Formats: sequence, structure tokens, C-alpha cells
Amino acid sequence: MGDLISNNSEIVTPGDGQGFATTRLADMLAWAQKYSLFMYPFVTACCGMEFMAVSSPRYDFSRFGSEAPRFSPRQSDLLWVVGTIVQRQAPILRRIYEQMAEPKWVLAFGTCASCGGFYDNYATVAGIDKIIPCDVYVPGCPPRPEAVLDGLMLLQDKIQKGDRRPAVVKPRHDPVDDPGLGLVQVRRSRSSRPSNAPT
Amino acid sequence: MAKALVDLIARTFPDAIVETSAQHGDETVVLTPDSWKSVARFLRDDPRARLDMLMDLTAVDYPDREPRFEVVVHLYSLTKGHRLRIKARVGDAEGENAELDTLTELWASANWAEREAYDMFGVSFRGHPDLRRILTYPEFEGHALRKDYPAERIQPLVPYRDVPNIEKLAPFGRDEGMPFGRQTHAHGRLEIPSDEPESL
Amino acid sequence: MEALDQDLDDAELEVASEPMLLNVGPAHPAMHGTVRIVMELSGESIERCDVQVGYLHRGFEKMCERGTWTQVFPYVDRLNYVSPMLNNVGFAMACEKLLGVTVPDRCQYYRMILGELARMSDHLTCDGAMAMELGAFTPFLWMIKGREMIWDLMEEETGARLTHSFGRVGGMAQPPTDGFKENVKAVTKQILHIIEEVERLLLGNRIFLDRLENVGIVSQEDAISLGWTGPCLRATGIPYDIRKSHPYMKYGEVDFDVPVGSASDCFDRFMVRIEELKQSSRIIDQCLERMPDSGPVNVDDPRVILPPKEDVYTTIEGTIQHFKIVMEGLKIPAGEVYSYTEGGNGELGFYIVSDGSGTPYRVRIRPPCYYITGGLERVITGQMMADVVPCFGSLNMIGGECDR
Repeated sequence: MGDLISNNSEIVTPGDGQGFATTRLADMLAWAQKYSLFMYPFVTACCGMEFMAVSSPRYDFSRFGSEAPRFSPRQSDLLWVVGTIVQRQAPILRRIYEQMAEPKWVLAFGTCASCGGFYDNYATVAGIDKIIPCDVYVPGCPPRPEAVLDGLMLLQDKIQKGDRRPAVVKPRHDPVDDPGLGLVQVRRSRSSRPSNAPT
Repeated sequence: MAKALVDLIARTFPDAIVETSAQHGDETVVLTPDSWKSVARFLRDDPRARLDMLMDLTAVDYPDREPRFEVVVHLYSLTKGHRLRIKARVGDAEGENAELDTLTELWASANWAEREAYDMFGVSFRGHPDLRRILTYPEFEGHALRKDYPAERIQPLVPYRDVPNIEKLAPFGRDEGMPFGRQTHAHGRLEIPSDEPESL
Repeated sequence: MEALDQDLDDAELEVASEPMLLNVGPAHPAMHGTVRIVMELSGESIERCDVQVGYLHRGFEKMCERGTWTQVFPYVDRLNYVSPMLNNVGFAMACEKLLGVTVPDRCQYYRMILGELARMSDHLTCDGAMAMELGAFTPFLWMIKGREMIWDLMEEETGARLTHSFGRVGGMAQPPTDGFKENVKAVTKQILHIIEEVERLLLGNRIFLDRLENVGIVSQEDAISLGWTGPCLRATGIPYDIRKSHPYMKYGEVDFDVPVGSASDCFDRFMVRIEELKQSSRIIDQCLERMPDSGPVNVDDPRVILPPKEDVYTTIEGTIQHFKIVMEGLKIPAGEVYSYTEGGNGELGFYIVSDGSGTPYRVRIRPPCYYITGGLERVITGQMMADVVPCFGSLNMIGGECDR
């Protein structure tokens, strides 16, 4: 075995183009996973149009390593649920989810997939999280491509951290914070109040 | 133009017409359910009518009326360019016995349209070759577009996941959601169910 | 030990003769839209098939009965989500027909321009997706590029890329922006260029032509009986275009041609759409010339149109009027009406029943896709399995509109 280790090791200085990094195996695996997401686009409705736009050259989410669509759930690890899931479609969605191999992530694309949106009626499943666990919710009806890219990056971030708690893509800027608009928020929600404030 | 059509029906089938109207230029003839198919065949084949396209077939639910359902058909003539709306009223107050002859033999487009009317309203069509539900699933009970079907009553095909607080899972907070209730129709007999809508 | 190889000439090779059931969809890469086709195959040809829709039935008609008339617009947007503006205008016109109001000329031209842009978006998507499913990915990307330009323009005008909710009963939500005409001119010019490129790329391509020509033929009688309208009907040679046959808005005054096919195969349906893109651009050019730069967009009718914001905040009449229209909804007189316009896929009809309250009693849309998809069974029966993809693509089924 000793023959395999070369003896001419040398000390490298950071930034000179060669060298090594130390990491844990889990971190490296997560890093590899987050940049090679094989996606299964489960496209049903209006959001599919925006999904086309995100995958076309202008917004191009293949820059984030989630290029290859796999239309077999067994070969994919990221399930994009794009559009409304109705009760009739629900068994199919769950079956596809169950066919995917671990590790797998689910991204709810658009309001309908996240919570049912304004289709609060007999036909629609009020959010895919009623049926399958979901990692990232991208709100919008349909969401802008920028929001989708934000959602994808959020998911990659969560994969790197090993964080399986679901999260929502928040707007980058709260309009209230924009001084140019002259908006005033009259009521802050309770959670955002500083904890040491007098009650 | 279409007025002449109404007169033509009145002359040929004097017993078939229940009433006629012409609102906003849409000539309408309400037919007796018995004459439904024969008048439709006449309208398709007669050289003066030549209504060769069945543009749309649907139903409207009037729960306060008897007969309860109005089956509405919009016909169009490609060659002559005129339109006619024919209607038939069927069904008793409970929505039972809503039966009408099928128009599938006359126009192929009636096939899916009648299936939809059956699915959504429970109007059945005698002689239809394939009267199945089309938009909802076979396990669906009731007819969704009837006014007495509560819009929120879901009939899930797969049970919802067995996790606590399934109605509002994290990261969605308690105070998110629609602040206003929805406006419902005063005339429909929409009953708010006393118990919670079934959510498994 | 004897040799095991068989003399194939003598042996009777048994080929399984019973038909094979094959299920395609509702989640299938080649089925854009949610449809399930159960096919009975004999070898590779389709003996029987059952087309099942409803996998996107979202209860549109039920939801319409639960809000005000204005609240229907967002739902209408999501019917044919490739050309939402046409649906918006179609529904607004149905309500206006029942109300008996006519929008000013400026609004009519504005609606026409936006509508034709939406039609271009629809046809670009349909033809692009069709080419993509047959393996031609580049034209798809180019056409999506063109659609992106339209969406940018729409965003400039309406604030939303795809689902605008921009129509209102009695007008539009906003008047045209200042640079509207220049923007539209620039966009249509570029799209015409894209179409030219796509034609050069596809129409000399033997594979593409072979997959489309003489595939999915529907006779005129069948198309009429099935209730087909729009590009699919015109591909059979019947020049039925509501913009020409029953002109609404200002379509009677503009000059355009109705392209028709002759063989009524998939290729004709593809080409009719390509040609309609050019005609749409012609219509837009003429509308841009005639559209007044100033003047009212909305009807001057306080029963229908929201008062200007300054009045709402400063006068009691304005406040009350605003409150009444928003909370109770605008009142549409009791009655029923069937209004029809030319949508992206054909005759887009709205059959509306009002009981005089602020809530629709019944909104029935005549979805052109529904009837076209109803004919899919007839189109693909007897075809080869591989022909399902171009046939389905050329019919342009839009799930939201078909299943509602």
C-alpha cells in the first residue's frame, strides 16, 4: 500500500491554483448534489408557461446545475410541481413522488401548488403539502422567473446545509422599505416585533 | 334571419315550443323534452335551417323552478351564418329524472358536451354511447355545479398526510390567508354545512 | 447433443396477436397539458383509444358563481393561459353585451392590439412546442424568445407577464402607456423576423415535414360535426373566422386574410398558425395607425366603471360609488347572453346568465379546446403510435381551457 502514496508532497500556499481543501464527506456530497439536480417537471397548468420561460435561454436555470430533465421519477431527485394539482391528479403526483429515490426534494412552483391559490373549491388540492412533503414554496401566480431562480438557489442552500425544513421564497425587497414610494406600514405583525420591546 | 327560423319551427312543430324569446339578438326556443331530438334533427337537416354545428351544450341549474334544469344548446350554421339557442327543461326539484334524448348521433360534438352536463349537473342523456363522468373522477359523488353542492366540499382520492396541523403547515403562518369571506349567491340554495368540510 | 439453432424458414414464428393496452399520460413528457390517452395497440397502430381529460378541472364555473363580475377576470385569465388577454376581452364583451354598453374606439383598438399580441403568443407557443416535441429544439427556443418579447410588452402595459387580469367590464384597467405604439411596432417587427428564421429552419427539413404531412387528417364533415373552430377548422379548408364572419370590435374595418389549409393534416394546422401570426401583425399595424392617442378608454358610466382615485379620496359620491362597485359588484341586468369571439383556438363563447345581482348566476365558457380535444380520438385512431405526438401538438390542447 505504501507504494501508492507518493513521497514528493509539498506545501501549497492559498491562491496559487493548486492545493486542497478539507471538508466532511457529507458536505462534499451535499455540494455535489446541489449542483447536479436532476429534475422531474410535473407540469400541469399555467405555471408551465412560466416554467418554459425559466428553462429557455433568457433565464436559463441550467446555470444552476439543474439542467437535465428526467422524465422518469426513478432517475430524478428534484420534483418540480408546476401548477394546480386537482384531486383527480393527486394520486398520480403521490405515486411519482413515491417512485423517486432518496434523497429527493420537492419544489412547489406557484401559488396553486403551494396552497391552492384562489381555487379553494371541491376540485383542487389546497397545496401539494397535503399529499407530499415539500421543501421550497415559490409564491406567485405564476411566479416571475427571478422568483423561481431564487427558489432554486434557496433549495441549493438548504441542500448544502442539510436543512429539510420547508421554506418560502420571500420578496427580495419589501416595498415598505423603499423610501422612494413613500409607503408607511401601519401594522407590524406580532412576530416581527423586537422581543425586548415592552409589551 | 333567426326569427324566421323560430317561425319555421313553430310551423313545423306546433306542439314542440314552450316559449320563445330574443334577448340581445339571441333567438331562443324552449322545446318540450319529447320533441328535443326530432326538432334538433330537423334543424340540422332542413335546407332553410342547416344548423350544421353544435357549438355548445350546457345546463343551468334553477333550484327554485320545476323543472329544475335547463339544458341549453347553441347552434350555428356555417353556410348560412345564423345562430339559434334551443333549450329544454328537465328534472324535478330534487334533481331526479333529468333525462333527455342524446344528440350524439346528430353532432359528434354533443358527445363530450353531454358527458360534461351529466358530470356537472346530473342530467342524463338517453342513448348516449358513453355516458361517463369526464371532468371529475368516477369516485366523485354528487354533481359539482348544482347550486346545492357546496363549493368547498372536497372528496379526496388520496388521504391527506398524517401530520399535525395539516391545514396550515409551516412555513405558512397562522395569520396568512384571505381576510375576506367569499360572496355567495343569494338565490342559490347554498347551505353552509354545519360540520367542518371533510378533511382527512 | 444436437444443435439448438432453429431453421427460421420452417419454424412458425408466433407473434402475439392480442392487442396491447398502452397508457399515455397524464404525466407524460410528450403530452403538454394534462391528458390521458389509453390506447389499444395492434403492433404500432392504434386500434381504439380513449381520451380522458379532467386532470386540470379546477372548478372555474363554480368559482365564478362565488364572486362579483369583476372577480371573474382572474379566473378567466387562467383558462387559456397562453393567450389570457383574449379571454379577458371575450368575457368583458359578454358582460357589455348584457349591459348594453359599447366601449370607446380607443379601447376597441387597444383591445384588438393586445388581443392580437396574445394570439401571437398563443401560436408561437403552440408551434414552438410542436416543433420541440418532434425533436426540433432550436425553433422552440427562438419562438419562446419571441414570446418573451410579447410578455415584456404586456408587462409594460399591464404589470404582469402572463396573467394580466387587465380587462374590465366597460374598458380596460389602465389606458395605454406612452411608448405603447413604438414598443408594439418594434416587437412585431422582431417577431416577423423570428418567424422567417423558423420557416427557413423547419420548412426545408425533411424529417419535420415527413412527421407532419398526411398525418392526422380530419375530413371537413368530421371537423364540423365535432364542433372544431379556429386554426384546426381552417386547416380543413373552411374559412370560418369570427373576426371575418361576424366582425366584432373594429375587425370589420381592418384588412386581413383568413389562411386556410387544403389537406387538413398536422402540417396544415402548423402552417395556418404560422400564417395567422403574419396576419395578426398586419392587423396590429393597421390598429396602431388608427388608434387615437388620446381620449377616453373606459365608458362614461358610473354604474360600471370605478371612479378616479382622486374622487374616491375627496368626494363622498366617489367613495360610495367605489364602495358599491367593489363590495357589491357592478349590477348586470337580469338576462342571458351568448357572446363569442375568436380565441387562440377558435370560437371562445361566453354564455352568461345574470339574475340582476352583483354576482354571476352562471358563467359558461364555450372552450374551443374542449371540442377539439373531443376529436382527438377520431384523429389518432388508425394512426401509428408515434403520430400521436404531432397530432396532439397540432390540436393545441390547453389544459386550463379544456378542463376548466
